[in-house]
Amino acid sequence: MALRTPLYDAHVRAGARLVEFAGWEMPVQYAGLLAEHAAVRTQVGLFDVSHMGEVVFRGPRALAALQAVFTNDLSTVADGQAQYGCLCRESGGIVDDVVVYRRGAEDLLVCVNAGNRQKDFEWLSDHAAGADVRNESDEWAQLALQGPLAAALLQRLCDVNLAQVKTYRFAPGTVAGRACLVARTGYTGEDGFELFCRPDDATPLWDALLEAGRPEQLQPCGLGCRDSLRLEMAYRLYGSDMDDETTPLEAGLAWVVKLDKGEFVGRQALRRQREAGLSRKLVGFQLSQPGIARHGYPVVQDGRAIGTVTSGTRSPSLGTSIGLAYLPPALAAEGSTFAVDVRGRPVAATVVKTPFYTRSSR
Amino acid sequence: MNFPEDLKYTREHEWARLSAAKVVVGVTDFAQDQLGDVVYVELPAVGDEVKRGESFGVVESTKAVSELFAPVSGKVVEVNDPLVEAPETVNEDPYEEGWMIAIEPSDPKELAELLDVKAYAAFVAEQE
Repeated sequence: MALRTPLYDAHVRAGARLVEFAGWEMPVQYAGLLAEHAAVRTQVGLFDVSHMGEVVFRGPRALAALQAVFTNDLSTVADGQAQYGCLCRESGGIVDDVVVYRRGAEDLLVCVNAGNRQKDFEWLSDHAAGADVRNESDEWAQLALQGPLAAALLQRLCDVNLAQVKTYRFAPGTVAGRACLVARTGYTGEDGFELFCRPDDATPLWDALLEAGRPEQLQPCGLGCRDSLRLEMAYRLYGSDMDDETTPLEAGLAWVVKLDKGEFVGRQALRRQREAGLSRKLVGFQLSQPGIARHGYPVVQDGRAIGTVTSGTRSPSLGTSIGLAYLPPALAAEGSTFAVDVRGRPVAATVVKTPFYTRSSR
Repeated sequence: MNFPEDLKYTREHEWARLSAAKVVVGVTDFAQDQLGDVVYVELPAVGDEVKRGESFGVVESTKAVSELFAPVSGKVVEVNDPLVEAPETVNEDPYEEGWMIAIEPSDPKELAELLDVKAYAAFVAEQE
């Protein structure tokens, strides 16, 4: 049976359409994907992301142990700051992409993908010598308030001065009287916050935000627009765009791989791969003919399959069909053309710069 | 859910409206609601032959691809081309502006095998 977040009843009450996602029964939409997408881009939307997991590292060995399994460099991160990066296998394959919140050198919270909760916890426990590693996924709920009006709305309910919580920073505080970790993070490309709270506080917090957000027409949002929003930013989705068989270098995440920071799991393989060169690269593309390229569709050139689409949708903000695909590096340059096999029909595509959407696209 | 009484229906959630010698085809209110926001419609060309129960096109929403199945066999005599530019019409007005194609049926007997509104409504109720 599918898992449910503490907000399940609130979703049903609000008339959400529920679907199974990564083992969870989650809202895919309320008002409709396009309306919710537009709300986040132009006003503000509220997501339940409680299905995400939390693995916490504590103790004197916490920082060193996490550094030894994380591709990015946590030594550059201050207390109260968050950092995105990957966990990799020895082979360089991606175990998960995660955000680490550094509460202190002896207290780091790793936010992991919903479908990877157990896998990550076991893998981290096996590799984190000497640290106290706990799976606190069931002890946290998480709401994401995203959009250009998020800060103004949240400030009315929150005792933290949000002007001092810059992007990828966080602070403990209260929202509507409920204790939260207030983090200026998210996966939509808009300004916004993720509120980590106790499961029992999730519904009161959700209701208080919706009530307070009336002037901003705060829109409850489902996973449908979360996917179209993240894809417009070319943010990778674990399980679609990357997995245990792809490396961060192939997935275009070299910017979160710090090969010079010291030893970490996967470093040798990634270094070898960087020296030998990549055999495939994840790129953004746009269709130049009608159609939608979807996950798993083959990429073809001169009648030969040369790659695979990993994500694709019609961009609500841009009105064009966009996607991500693995291509041979020779074809990965901006302006390269190829075709996507859309159910037997070749549809012309061009490699374009990402993110697809920028705030100036508005 | 709105299911007009003067239409016939398929179990794949198309509707069929018999007018003069042609059958106008679209998808039902239930189908558009289940699909969510429709963003792409792929339709045949005038003159194409379609076969009852076989795919004549595709409707894509932001999350799903769904085939469109012909309620009757025959020749496509009209295509609602504006839908290609404005696929959201399928959500907004599935029974009028959101129609898809008109078929000149080759075997009028097939029409009798479609569901009437009562049978279709019962079928939908089972699915919900």
